[in-house]
Amino acid sequence: MDRADIESKMTDLLVSELGLEKEKINPGASFEADLEVDSLGVVELLMALEDEFDVKIPDEEAEELVTVGQAIDLVEQKLAG
Amino acid sequence: MHQAERRVVVTGLGTINPLSDTIDGTWKALVDGRSGIGPITQFDTTDLKTKIAGEVSNFDSEVFMPLREARRMDRFSQLFVGASQLAMDHSGLDMIDEDDPEVGRAGVMAGVGFGGMVSFIGQLDVLRDRGPSRVSPLTIPMIIPNEAAGLASMRFNMQGPVSCVVTACAASAHAIGDAAEIIKRGTADVMLAGGAEAANCEFSMAAFNQAKALSTRNEDPAAASRPFDRDRDGFVMSEGAAVLVLEERARAVGRGATIHGELIGYGMSSDAYHVTLPRPGGIGAARAMTNAMQDAGIGPSQIDYINAHGTSTSANDATETAAIKLALGDAAKSAVISSTKSMTGHLLGAAGALESLVCLQAIANDVVPPTINLDNPDPECDLDYVPNEARELDVKYAMTNSFGFGGHNVSLIFASGG
Repeated sequence: MDRADIESKMTDLLVSELGLEKEKINPGASFEADLEVDSLGVVELLMALEDEFDVKIPDEEAEELVTVGQAIDLVEQKLAG
Repeated sequence: MHQAERRVVVTGLGTINPLSDTIDGTWKALVDGRSGIGPITQFDTTDLKTKIAGEVSNFDSEVFMPLREARRMDRFSQLFVGASQLAMDHSGLDMIDEDDPEVGRAGVMAGVGFGGMVSFIGQLDVLRDRGPSRVSPLTIPMIIPNEAAGLASMRFNMQGPVSCVVTACAASAHAIGDAAEIIKRGTADVMLAGGAEAANCEFSMAAFNQAKALSTRNEDPAAASRPFDRDRDGFVMSEGAAVLVLEERARAVGRGATIHGELIGYGMSSDAYHVTLPRPGGIGAARAMTNAMQDAGIGPSQIDYINAHGTSTSANDATETAAIKLALGDAAKSAVISSTKSMTGHLLGAAGALESLVCLQAIANDVVPPTINLDNPDPECDLDYVPNEARELDVKYAMTNSFGFGGHNVSLIFASGG
């Protein structure tokens, strides 16, 4: 799976699981500041990512995530590693 | 101490129930004697004894809120917020600005029987099937009953008294009475008060079936809820919400609001007797009615209409009849009583609010809705329950009864004008 696939799937998850508007989602968008995703929403997203990509994301790594792009990076690393 | 001059009027009504999601639609169905009960479509009933219920079909939460808000709420909260929006629209009120000095003078009181039972069970399945790490972080706010009030407060930015009553089928009647008390004592000027329930599911119905509480008249759903009839065999579960905007009278008059009636009496009592059964003889329920009449300052002969709790269970209807006789004395014989649960089914925690709305519509229209399916009255139920046909009647004072498992009894009295 390449980075574009990950980004596309993550965008779909943010729309389907968190009810976000697709046009607001881009790699530079901050979950909290731009997308108004609160701490509960971040947990929901991580669960969805783990299920979708079949990866494990430890809490301490999840806490570092600020933007959509960072989440894509993390998934990419997990899939590669 | 109450400030004697503070009176509480109703300036807005909203409901979403199995009959309709409008006031006029609900009222027309009730006056026409139309049942909202049908076969259950929301879940598989193969293994259940009861296969019928009142369902709010085609409820679209996105009419009332964005998808991202809706998906964080259990259905009971969606229904409460939706009915609250309808009531606010009806009253001509809007979301309160942050810099409005009244922001802390408005509140919400919601009555809920169960809370997010369906979400609770769904997440319990997740826990068992997939383990703790898959349980939704939204589980708690979706299942706790008080979130209906909390979410409505967020919706309208009401930062005053916001709370929740959980007294089974008396919950929203308590909520309306308690909200009125808050306004009377001067703590708030506007309160959204009502209730919501969305607990129709295999688990709750299995449990009620085991307690022998539900009708199993699956072959004829519209005839299943038959209060005061000798062939009644239990209540019919229903879902929905009803909300009133209660407002301090001078404020309502000052803003030129349409006043739909005044809440003049609130009476409570407890049976202190049994977890599910009413105290035989009806003394507890009678005490609630008497307390409400004393609070209202009116006598039994002045009550024009009683919207009975009238659940269609064997125990309730006979005991409530005895209670009305105790509370009203000689006036019971001429009392005009009906149970609209014959049409709506039993909305549990939301029932008292929906039936308060019915009382206010009876006052507004001078028509009393019937008790349908009352074909052969139980000999123990020998009062005038307005069988099967609505009746024109000059209604100035209307009382509604709500009783809950645990022995809770509540009576509310509404008056015309205000």
